[in-house]
Amino acid sequence: MSKVRVLVGTRKGAFVLASDGKREQWDVSGPHFAGWEIYHVKGSPVDPNRLYASQSSGWFGQTMPRSSDGGKTWETVGNKFVYDGVPGTHQWYDGTPHPWEFKRVWHLEPSLTDPDTVYAGVEDAALFRSTDGGQTWGELSGLRGHGTGPHWQPGAGGLCLHTIILDPSDPKRIFIAISAAGAFRTDDGGQTWKPINRGLRSVYIPDPTAEVGHCVHHVAMHPSRPKVLFMQKHWEVMRSDDAGDSWRDVSGNLPGDQVIHPGKDGTTRKFDLKGFGFAIDVHAHEPETIYVVPIKSDSHHFPPEGKLRVYRSRTGGNEWEPLSKGLPQSNCYVNVLRDAMAVDRLDKCGIYFGTSGGQVYVSADAGDNWAPIVRDLPPVLSVEVQTLP
Amino acid sequence: MIRVVLPAHLRTLARVDSEVTLEVEGPVTQRSVLDALEARYPMLQGTLRDHVTKKRRPFVRFFACEEDLSHESPDAPLPAAVASGAEPFLVVGAIAGG
Repeated sequence: MSKVRVLVGTRKGAFVLASDGKREQWDVSGPHFAGWEIYHVKGSPVDPNRLYASQSSGWFGQTMPRSSDGGKTWETVGNKFVYDGVPGTHQWYDGTPHPWEFKRVWHLEPSLTDPDTVYAGVEDAALFRSTDGGQTWGELSGLRGHGTGPHWQPGAGGLCLHTIILDPSDPKRIFIAISAAGAFRTDDGGQTWKPINRGLRSVYIPDPTAEVGHCVHHVAMHPSRPKVLFMQKHWEVMRSDDAGDSWRDVSGNLPGDQVIHPGKDGTTRKFDLKGFGFAIDVHAHEPETIYVVPIKSDSHHFPPEGKLRVYRSRTGGNEWEPLSKGLPQSNCYVNVLRDAMAVDRLDKCGIYFGTSGGQVYVSADAGDNWAPIVRDLPPVLSVEVQTLP
Repeated sequence: MIRVVLPAHLRTLARVDSEVTLEVEGPVTQRSVLDALEARYPMLQGTLRDHVTKKRRPFVRFFACEEDLSHESPDAPLPAAVASGAEPFLVVGAIAGG
């Protein structure tokens, strides 16, 4: 029978949750790296025992543990992330130039074909790659250097490159996303990049349809349809059917917020914006079934009405149904961060997400019913799932 | 022989459970002690000082002989008691909540 291994990164360490295919009884190990922030843990698709973890602290900076036995033991590999050439500047919150400074690794994306190759998305936003199992890292600096880099501005969480998607049909194509710059794509293995934000509309930035400057929270893809992308933007869920060349709003009937912003003419304007959130993922076997967790506005960051609900669309967006069975439906004020949702590949697809309150929930039936695996971890930063033989 | 006491998280990272002892060639300074420490425990590179600039990380402090040496020149001689091994060189994570 197949098994699942859930890799959980938290503010104070990593946890590994393991179960058989029923996903009812769980073994919990951890905390690994107790006391350190673990932004992300992810395994190699070609060698599931090869895990990479982003371990950091405000005191001691970034370190990079690697496991070759599925997380039983770890060794420390390279943590030298140096920007290529003269780093230059991006914009600070107040619009002034600010030097590029490495702070931490937000996301690790192991190669689809080589367990020793892994990509790292970092703050301040840049993409690094290692081809020696994480011992040494080099920047794919064409991303920062393509022209718009000096105009990128941090979101509230920092100027972070948080999403890396490798195209399974084209080894030279990579998608990445940055808060608050937007989404970008390379078609030549990372040498050159272009912004892919056409169709995004962000009424809360000076030019709502600007080429860059959008607060993209996360992007997801089903591996069988690599040109179809689903994006959880600050507000709104977006969809692209042409590998990001254009996007359309598929927020449909998601919960929303009424937002007041100053207009260009000095007056204030009200906007009804739908679908604020961070996490988004796609069902393992149904590429038109997607999941989000709507959160009330950017200033609240908790579920509407204190009810924790996952929303599922079986139509690739626009039509959404709330899923709440087994989730708290009163007095719940947690958040679900961008990397804290994942799906397994078992016949009955399992959906997982972690919360800022330290709960990790599982649904073993594609979202119909939910149960907590653990309730009292430190705030959850990331959740990944490995489906094992 | 130089004695160095690391904070708990870095002892875990370096896989040591008590103070470490180092042989330091030439003058005993912050720089020579940290060079020897990182050579013995490469996993500590980047955790105490920047990889490139070698500047001390902001929340890392260096104490010895009941003095805060954090703002001393990295090339200034450390106290004789540290150089002789009578007193340890203390690496301390600054007190900060969270």
